[in-house]
Amino acid sequence: MTVVSMTVNGKSVSADVEARTLLVHYIREALGLTGTHVGCDTSQCGACVVHVNGRAVKSCAMLAGQAEGAEVVTVEGLARDGELHPVQKAFREHHGLQCGFCTPGMIMTAVDMIRRKPQLDEQTVRDELEGNICRCTGYHNIVKAILAASEEMR
Amino acid sequence: MSDLSEQGVGKPVRRKEDFRFITGNGHYTDDISRPHQTHGYFLRSPHAHAKIRSIDTKAVLAAPGVLAIFTGKDIAADKLGGLICGWTVHSKDGSAMKVGPHPVLALDTVRYVGDHVALVVAETHEEAKSAAELIEVDYEELPAIVSLADCEKPGAPQVHPEAPHNICFEWELGNKAETEAAFARATKVVKIDLVNNRLIPNAMEPRAAIGEYDKGTGGYTLHTTSQNPHVARLVLSAFVGVAPEHKLRVIAPDVGGGFGSKIFIYAEETACVWAAAKVGRPIKWTAERSESFMSDAHGRDHLSHAELALDANGKILGLRVKTIANLGAYLSTFSAAVPTYLYGTLLSGQYDIPAIYVEVDGVYTHTAPVDAYRGAGRPEATFLIERIVETAARETGLDPAEFRRRNFIRAFPHQTPVIMNYDAGNYDASLDKAMEIADVKGFAVRKAEAARRGKLRGLGYSTYIEACGIAPSAAVGSLGAGVGLWESAEVRVNPTGNVEVLTGSHSHGQGHETTFAQLVSSRLGIPIDQIEIVHGDTDKVQFGMGTYGSRSGAVGMSAIVKALDKVEAKAKKIAAHLMEAAVEDVVFQEGRFTVQGTDKSLAWAEVTLAAYTAHGFPSSEIEPGLKETSFYDPSNFTFPAGCHICEVEIDPETGVLDIANFVAVDDFGTIINPMIVEGQVHGGIAQGVGQALLELGVYDNDSGQLVTGSFMDYCMPRADNVPSFRLGFTKTECPSNPLGMKGCGEAGAIASPPAIINAITDALGIRDIEMPATPARIWKAIQSSRPRAAAE
Ligand code: FES
Ligand code: FES
Repeated sequence: MTVVSMTVNGKSVSADVEARTLLVHYIREALGLTGTHVGCDTSQCGACVVHVNGRAVKSCAMLAGQAEGAEVVTVEGLARDGELHPVQKAFREHHGLQCGFCTPGMIMTAVDMIRRKPQLDEQTVRDELEGNICRCTGYHNIVKAILAASEEMR
Repeated sequence: MSDLSEQGVGKPVRRKEDFRFITGNGHYTDDISRPHQTHGYFLRSPHAHAKIRSIDTKAVLAAPGVLAIFTGKDIAADKLGGLICGWTVHSKDGSAMKVGPHPVLALDTVRYVGDHVALVVAETHEEAKSAAELIEVDYEELPAIVSLADCEKPGAPQVHPEAPHNICFEWELGNKAETEAAFARATKVVKIDLVNNRLIPNAMEPRAAIGEYDKGTGGYTLHTTSQNPHVARLVLSAFVGVAPEHKLRVIAPDVGGGFGSKIFIYAEETACVWAAAKVGRPIKWTAERSESFMSDAHGRDHLSHAELALDANGKILGLRVKTIANLGAYLSTFSAAVPTYLYGTLLSGQYDIPAIYVEVDGVYTHTAPVDAYRGAGRPEATFLIERIVETAARETGLDPAEFRRRNFIRAFPHQTPVIMNYDAGNYDASLDKAMEIADVKGFAVRKAEAARRGKLRGLGYSTYIEACGIAPSAAVGSLGAGVGLWESAEVRVNPTGNVEVLTGSHSHGQGHETTFAQLVSSRLGIPIDQIEIVHGDTDKVQFGMGTYGSRSGAVGMSAIVKALDKVEAKAKKIAAHLMEAAVEDVVFQEGRFTVQGTDKSLAWAEVTLAAYTAHGFPSSEIEPGLKETSFYDPSNFTFPAGCHICEVEIDPETGVLDIANFVAVDDFGTIINPMIVEGQVHGGIAQGVGQALLELGVYDNDSGQLVTGSFMDYCMPRADNVPSFRLGFTKTECPSNPLGMKGCGEAGAIASPPAIINAITDALGIRDIEMPATPARIWKAIQSSRPRAAAE
């Protein structure tokens, strides 16, 4: 067991975990933040995307220990002072979610995408979503929501 | 009131459930932790077919953290029953289907890769998983059969001794003699052989379960990823015998997509809830994705030969079909119904076909069970009829839209030769509208322009019909269902006037918390945030049949309407008493009770409060309280129908395909929330695109191994595989339910595959291409259809 410490959603946290613990399990099990999901075992689906030091990463593809000392933001930490993030609002406004399981990963991916590419178009959004699978929405409204949020945040 | 009018039936109300999902506050089964919970891990068969000579578990119990291990023998010692199929299909000769036993954990034989051999329970998931590797199973490998084309052949390996030649049933429907006569009269017969490819459902939330047992009360609780928790409870109590029904609570909390795969009662949740009593602590199991691939019930997997008889004018005289349907290694909960009553009954499509005869062999193979997957039987029927109709149009030289119009049903009700009685529809209207949105007139110009760029462009139609709202209990009972398919609703009005609606439907993405509340808001004149929709817990909702077959609107909401009728009737009685008026004179509108022709009126909340204070009620006439229940049984299926048009552009050098345009026009009858309905169509089409272009579940013919066991090998539709869709709606109301609704959940997946394949074959000028039409297959088709001289 090793003690792993980091900042998650602005709070310092630390937990004693096995060295093989993945960041996603650290977040879900050690911290009880279950908004970050596990949808696969091959790092293909993107349900587990969080931000580590400001960049979107698949938290199932990283050991908790690799995030030692990092700034981590999960979907729970996106809203500020009770105010939803524009991407969260856009997903609701444009019906970008159905069962909601892929949604946290989609939203965290979208926030990072908009930060990196202020000029988004439909094709770019679709290409950028390559690492996130949604089985419910057919992506139509996810793409619409991301474009709308990007417009809003410009 | 202006605010309320934006929340009612027909409005694109933003979803009530979204807040918890976009903030990470959903409660899916794996998010739930029970005090002192342990973790279960299933050891699965690495072989497609083997005898289990012995299982040595000694080393396991000594491994760190391990609490217990269970095998099939332990379950048998407790005299638990096996998993069941709730629908009995009969063969042509009148005999019942041949059912091989389906033990929860394998007893002496494993029958597919992923079959359940043992359950290890430990303090952590990792410990349970590591310990499972120490189990020594002595297998005697046996030959396996996974090929649908070969499984009925003499000498093929046998899956169950109970089913010679692996045949579970040889079913037929329709009129053979009339169909033969139609073919004898035909001036032209069109024939086609089709493969309906095997699909793996892959809801994004893997299946999961937490079983627990309370020693004090003797009660069991099962949290599980289910589309129908009450059916799960019934099966686990009445058939498997885990616990009596009143001692078993099943909770299906937030569920991350189902598409059919979470209807069924599987080994894992059964074993977890049973073993929880043995271990004395809760047991949690969550599938890894590779387990989902191996052990979720798969979908489709048909081989068909079809023939269409035509007269000289392109009028269809008859259809005959022979299908072999893969059932996998064991019958799953509804698997026998899918390739029979949900398939053969839809083979008339939108067409007036006087004679139809269909034969279906349901067969066992050493593969995962096959059961309902989005559309369940209707996509297979629609693919067949829309592919053969398209082929017939091309081979008679008629325009595909014109050919369809010559055969459309236009008078309703229409009795088909295959059980269904279509109640309402207007197939010309949806075809017209789809052709307009797709700009079919401009297609020739677009095709020529694409040709100048060296690209091949094609257009494909699918004018589909399906049957939803499953279904009248008497009808399904006579066809072999072991359950009735009504739905229940209970409307509880609180003293302060807000409302809880308990429904037997289950939402796993469909947005019931919003749409059901819209209905109640429209009826009672209260805002949707004062309406709570309660579902998915057998301790709260007494009984219900759950959500599948696009039934929650037509059946589930109709039950709510019936309960609301009773609530309104009683509330009027109370209002009449309070206002000293005759009940016939009280009208209820926009949340107020008024005595007609007077200025006497009472607000909703005044009456609801009075219902509970009950001061001065004439006790012989009015009971205190305001709570009503309804069990609604529909009088017919509903028949959503419409037209999808797909336009593709193909690069002949690479075989790469681009969906240039996809149009869907659907007639779903009354629509409660157009935003949600459009979302259902989008998702359905994407799954149809997956089937047509990308997805294929493959077992290796020699080893019986699942070759496509992860997202690396099984190609899921991603955002760049699908276009934005263009939707339209037409409307004929369904006459057989009070809201006129038809159901929208599966149409996209049902209608789209043939539209796509028809577009590809049109672009390439070929007769057929097998699904999924991958770039490699398209490229090969182009190579083999090129004239030899040009290729050389
Ligand atoms: S769980 Fe991380 S990519 Fe699927
Ligand atoms: S909303 Fe269900 S997987 Fe995306």
